[in-house]
Parts: sequence; C-alpha cells; structure tokens
Amino acid sequence: MSHAQTLEGYNFAYLDEQTKRMIRWAILKAIAVPGYQVPFGSREMPLPYGWGTGGIQVTASIIGQDDTLKVIDQGADDTTNAVSIRHFFARTTGVKTTERTESATLIQTRHRIPERPLQEGQVLVYQVPIPEPLRWLEPRETETRKMHALAEYGVMHVKLYEDIARFGRIATSYAYPVMVNGRYLMSPSPIPKFDNPKMDNMPALQLFGAGREKRIYAIPPYTKVESLDFDDHPFEVQKWDDCCALCGAQDSYLDEVIIDDAGGRMFVCSDTDYCEDRRAQGHYGPLGQAAE
Amino acid sequence: MNGKTAFDQPLTGFESPVHDAQRVFHGVMEAMSHPGKIVVLSDLPEAPEPLNRASAAICLSLVDFETPLWADAAVAASSQAMNHLKFHCGCPVTSAPKEARTALVSDASMLTSFDRFNIGSDERPDLSTTVIIQVARLSNEGGVQLSGPGIKTVNGLSVEGIGASFWDALKANAQLFPRGVDLILTSDDAIACLPRTTQVEV
Repeated sequence: MSHAQTLEGYNFAYLDEQTKRMIRWAILKAIAVPGYQVPFGSREMPLPYGWGTGGIQVTASIIGQDDTLKVIDQGADDTTNAVSIRHFFARTTGVKTTERTESATLIQTRHRIPERPLQEGQVLVYQVPIPEPLRWLEPRETETRKMHALAEYGVMHVKLYEDIARFGRIATSYAYPVMVNGRYLMSPSPIPKFDNPKMDNMPALQLFGAGREKRIYAIPPYTKVESLDFDDHPFEVQKWDDCCALCGAQDSYLDEVIIDDAGGRMFVCSDTDYCEDRRAQGHYGPLGQAAE
Repeated sequence: MNGKTAFDQPLTGFESPVHDAQRVFHGVMEAMSHPGKIVVLSDLPEAPEPLNRASAAICLSLVDFETPLWADAAVAASSQAMNHLKFHCGCPVTSAPKEARTALVSDASMLTSFDRFNIGSDERPDLSTTVIIQVARLSNEGGVQLSGPGIKTVNGLSVEGIGASFWDALKANAQLFPRGVDLILTSDDAIACLPRTTQVEV
C-alpha cells in the first residue's frame, strides 16, 4: 500500500512514542523471563477489548516500515477480526500485508499457529483474552503472583487430574497449559492443543499481548515448551477421521462446517493459506475436486 | 567560563525519531531473543564521548521519563553525554543503581559483580535493571559458550574489554533466576545481549 493511502494525523502505527517505549520495555523483559507475565499500561484502542487490543498494541510497538504483516483469526486471513486489524495497520503504517505465511515478517494471530513451520526472524504475536493460566483456579491476582514466584503449580495438576477422574482423560482442548523453559506455567492463549507442540523450540519469536488484562509475555526462539501431562496420561493432540474436504490434508487442524439443512457437513483446514497453497500444488480433497 | 560551552551541548539525535527508534528497538529485540548474536545497528547518529553510538542510540530509542537512568563515573563526568541523554530522553538521572531501570557502564573492566543493580523480586522480576555495557570488541569467534532460551545449540561469544571476573558475575546473575539483570553489550554500532536466562560455559 502506498504512503498516500495511509491516514493523516496519526503517528506511525497509531500509538504514541511514549506508549511504544513502555511496551517495548515490557517486551524485552518478557523475552528475558520466558513465560512470565509482565504488567503494562494497556491503552484504549479504537476497537473494544476482546477484539485483540493486546496483540494490536504489541504489533504496533514492534512494526517497522520494512515489515510485511499477516493477520489471522482462527487460522483464516479473511474473517472479520483479521480483515479489520490488517486494514488498521495498512492504514496507520502503510506496510505491506500478505496472506502467505512464508512471506510475512510479522504475524498477528487470534487462536491459531499457522500450519507451515515458522522461520527464524519471523515474529508471531498472539491476541490473549485471559493471560493467567491459574485464574479459574485462583481468582486473586495477589495469590497467583505468589504462586508464579514460588513455582507453586500443584493446583493445575490437580485440575488436570480431576479431568481424568471425571472423564477418563484430560478434557482441556484449548488454552492447554504449558511450562516454559521448565519454570513458568503459561497460558498459550486459546489455541487448540493441536498447536501446542508447534510452540516447542519454535525458531520464531512468540509474543503474547492481553489488552484488557494488561499483560505481555513471550517465548524466545528455541525455547522448551512442554504441555502439562501425567506419565500414564501423556499429552495428546486432536485427530480427525476425515481429511480436509478441499485440499485433502490429513495433517492440519480441521474446522467442521455445516453445508446444508439436512445434516450435511464438511471438514476444512482452519489455516486458509495452508489450504490454498496445497490446492495450488494440485492436492484436492473429496469436495475440492468436485467443485473445480 | 560561565554558561555552557559548545562542548556541553547535546548532539543531534535521530534523523527520524519514530522510525529510527523502531529500528534500534528491533535490533535490541532480535539480540535479546538470540543471546550472544551480534546485531549491527546501522545508520546511527554520532554519540558524545564516552558513549559509543549503539549505547547512545539505545538510550534515545528506549529511555524516557519513566525509566530512571544510572551512569557510571566516566559517563556522569561528561557533561555533554549527560546533557545529550537528558535532552533527548528527558529521563531522570539517579545516583543509586538500585533505582535505575537502565544503567550505562562505559568501562566494563571495572565490573566485578552486578550486585549494585536492581535484580527485581520473585514476584516482579521485570523490574530489574537493564545494564548497557560498553566493551572494546564483540565477536562470535571463540570465547565463552552460551546456551539457553533463544540459542539453538550453543553460541560462542568473545568479548574484549571486560574484567576477569565478568563471566563469574554473569554466572552468579543467572543463578538468581527469575530475578537478575539483563545485559546489552555494545561496541561501536554492534550489540549482543545476555539476558538472565543465558548459561555461560567459560
């Protein structure tokens, strides 16, 4: 997008410079203490809390003129939240945007990690609603802060154990708690647990922003990220009997889509870029072929 | 002489404050997320003695009225350096290293420990001091072996111009985790970071 199409009267990337400096310090300290939630002075943004204000503030503080931005919402580039955030940054910065995972230097995501493995030098920014993994177990911030200070995480294991006692398995399927670098218990944000293994030793830098809860945290590249489990109930990810109806992928995270009022349904890749890329390479699923 | 001479005056800051600050920050973020990796910050403005260009640029990019600055004797003695920092950053200057969010050390050979700085607390490890240390030379040839988050296997880092006990002090700092200071080593326009998570094998 050319400079002429950017908004007049706003600073580059919307935020004022002092706010950016404050967020930049929070990011540096978050990288230095992987998995620890750094409090920051979250600003009011031109869209409501819950729409990714934390992720937007992190992106606005790190984005530069040479960046290429990709924004996804549940894996898709073309859903409301992704389109509006991409448009916001296109207008306030004038940077290039892309839907291709491998072309992006900066990816802001809501609730997914792209299927294509990320590379060193890329930055993945997560939008986080509830940064505190212990919040539903201990509502008091004063207490959860102490629990993190003392690495006192037994209560989370009890919660997972209660899942097993009640359902016979760990029933948590998203926002599945992880241990970062063997020290901090961290919420990976509401990504499906399918994506948890991708966080481990990822070559890209991962940053997390929670606007309403005013927290920033990070996982540096090449950092150990383990999903909590038990020896006799090891961590497992979701599996599907079907493949993607459009591209035939058997290794991607699938969304179920209702296609008529007679109970018809299809499973499609949640990562639209991955799905399109596969179809461009000539891979077709049962419905993709018929549609062509 | 009364009043200020030209030698006291701040030098020119960033040509484009918004984009230059972003560029310098991006370099620091890259270096902090890959400990030991030498990142060269390009097109930096001139720095007043005894600061090198990277140290001064990092201050211009990140230090402001919310982050008290402590400077070692050599920097504090240079009225031009202090005027430069106060003018461009508008930062409070403290003589107590424990109160500093950012510290400037121009003579790394004098550093024997990081005890004088704020190491944060177990509940708020993010409040620790970030120490900018000027060194004579940075290189990835030989030197100490670094490992930890941000490093794929091990990373070699050789630093000239530091005291004999520097690496011992850094090991002691890593022992404090999650508390501890984070270091940004600077040499002319090159930087390398050593966050508290980095393990050192001498």
